[in-house]
Amino acid sequence: MKEKRKHVIVAGGGVAGMEAAGSLAEMGIRVTLVEKGEDPGGHLLQWHALFPGRRPAEEVRKYLRKRIAHENINVITRTTVEKIRHHGHEVIADLSGGKQERADAVIVATGFDLFDAHRKEEYGYGIYDNVITSADLEDMFNRKKVARADGSPPSRIGFIHCVGSRDEKVNNNHCSKVCCVTAVKQAIEVRKLLPESEVFCFYMDMRMFGPYYEELYRESQEVHNVNYIRGKVSEASVNINNRLVIKVEDTLAGRPLKMELDLMVLMVGMEMSKPGTRLAEASGLNTGINRFLESADHHYGSNLSGVAGIFYAGTCTAPMNITDTISHSRAAVEETVRYLGGR
Amino acid sequence: MKLEGKKRIWAEYQKEIPDDHFFYVRSCIRQTFFAGSEQVFLKILRDDLGKDVFEDPRHTTCTGIGYHGDVVPFETIQTVVARHFALATEAGYRHIAISCVTSFGIYSEILETWKHFPETLARTREDLYKATGRTFEVPETISHTSDIIYKFRDEIARKAKYNLVDIKTGKPLKVVEHIGCHYSKMFPKYGVGGAEFPHVLIGMIEAWGGDVIDYPERRHCCGFGFRQYLVQANRGYSLFASRKKFESMEPYQPDLIMANCPGCTMFMDRWQYTIKEIDGITYGADGHGIPVLTYEEVAGLVLGYDPWDMGLQYHNVQSLPLLARMGIKADPARRFLAKDGTRLPEPANLING
Repeated sequence: MKEKRKHVIVAGGGVAGMEAAGSLAEMGIRVTLVEKGEDPGGHLLQWHALFPGRRPAEEVRKYLRKRIAHENINVITRTTVEKIRHHGHEVIADLSGGKQERADAVIVATGFDLFDAHRKEEYGYGIYDNVITSADLEDMFNRKKVARADGSPPSRIGFIHCVGSRDEKVNNNHCSKVCCVTAVKQAIEVRKLLPESEVFCFYMDMRMFGPYYEELYRESQEVHNVNYIRGKVSEASVNINNRLVIKVEDTLAGRPLKMELDLMVLMVGMEMSKPGTRLAEASGLNTGINRFLESADHHYGSNLSGVAGIFYAGTCTAPMNITDTISHSRAAVEETVRYLGGR
Repeated sequence: MKLEGKKRIWAEYQKEIPDDHFFYVRSCIRQTFFAGSEQVFLKILRDDLGKDVFEDPRHTTCTGIGYHGDVVPFETIQTVVARHFALATEAGYRHIAISCVTSFGIYSEILETWKHFPETLARTREDLYKATGRTFEVPETISHTSDIIYKFRDEIARKAKYNLVDIKTGKPLKVVEHIGCHYSKMFPKYGVGGAEFPHVLIGMIEAWGGDVIDYPERRHCCGFGFRQYLVQANRGYSLFASRKKFESMEPYQPDLIMANCPGCTMFMDRWQYTIKEIDGITYGADGHGIPVLTYEEVAGLVLGYDPWDMGLQYHNVQSLPLLARMGIKADPARRFLAKDGTRLPEPANLING
């Protein structure tokens, strides 16, 4: 008798989910890819260019779209996986809207949410006209126009690092890893679009962990004259000319600094996604003190949930860049296939 | 500036402010520096709004200034505050109305401590009982008295005889609001509107017709800062902090500074005198100083109270230009006359004359 084809549900259609779905499909496994948005792609849909080489994000989007254009993959959009249950060897995924999917395994790839910058009230996001997030700036890059709220070009731009990361006040002790290099990339892009502008980055530490990141950081200073000030911005306000006024301590010079800005970019970090949190709570999956999914083993089991038939891929476990997300996702597929073969 | 953004924050920081039956605890320094403010509060609450406010003459200082000056230990101040709660309990009151922002911060800190470390509450109960034989219930609510005026701001507006409007131009007066640091910077949830964009005074100013100025140094401390002022050698810090604020608000040409903290009201008033004496500088329009009033004094003006009955003449920066703008007829010649016609002491070198 012919063995029934294996079926895997991938919860989340961002970079990790798309890569996992594509890899599974190539191996002849039937995949149901469940995505909460209108289209798969996740946060990458919003991004204009990627670090470190500033390649167009569209190139990676194109690659991922091609990955899931496979007859073995059924994409369900505007839907989330709310709960995962077991029924014998089967896993049952309760979907939003009341439907259910039955499968042999689930890869959780629910990704991350960007930190809600409103929560750092002292920066005035949503109150002061010219305070934006790094994601908002990518939108401006997509429209090829970096401008203040009144449409005028900014002459002095400040990037505020670690917004919602490494910050006990918002209960996020973790580093979101990619914001530093994103700021470097965006600072260069701003300088290229607005050559007359001055750009300042206010940082705690510059964590240039990936290949070519350090080179990009140097390039930003040597070629593009981006200024780096080591210190955390304590508050922002506006003056009578509607220019932003920030207070920061320059910790290298050892003195407080007050500066006027035309545009302030908040480098928002990563938090566990809300659908991921709901899924973890409903399904009894462990989360760490950083509230991301906690893997069964930190070193050699980062794709394992500790629950039979449930695997983790990508930033639902911790902040990571696209390169690491794709690698992590492929590893999740390997663990899943090993599990399916052993049953 | 997007008002919706502020409203979003204000919606997140709403607190329970009772409607009636308050146990009133006075401030040590307000009764000296703005003698009329606390009386005006009581008069508004009792006579204009018909509320029950109880005072116990056995109420004492909370010792907050000593606590922040590092001469009163935390255990001591907890016991002193517990005694206040015992007086309220004995009188049958569960809602504390606190006149002083320092005290309000102390009460907030103690209640939070008791919540997170219940053993400290048990210890305080024991200490109070041993020292005085008293017992107490933890109050249901604590409100700063600016919270209470905020709660009734619209009722006051409906009874208004004057508004924060220039009667000649019909334009709203430009008002700087200044919130005491200990009102909500330590525990944002205890303050109306939180710590970064507190709504407590803004709500009053807008309800009474004024426009609020949001200037770069709005959040900055007035400079009181206990040690900065209590240690004489540090007073330059205190003066410099106020000066920084004045310079930041000056381009907006404010008509009035309204504050909810005893120290802030005093220092922002008195330091204007000092700066004028040292450098000959004033920060208001037409060479005037900027009057600094408490929210009760402003509420009293709105309700038509006599400025001299409220003691406005005992601020260093006189309110005569403000009163003229609001259309309040107050005879300057009566400023330093008591009700029986005897002459009151007149401070020298008043600003705005």
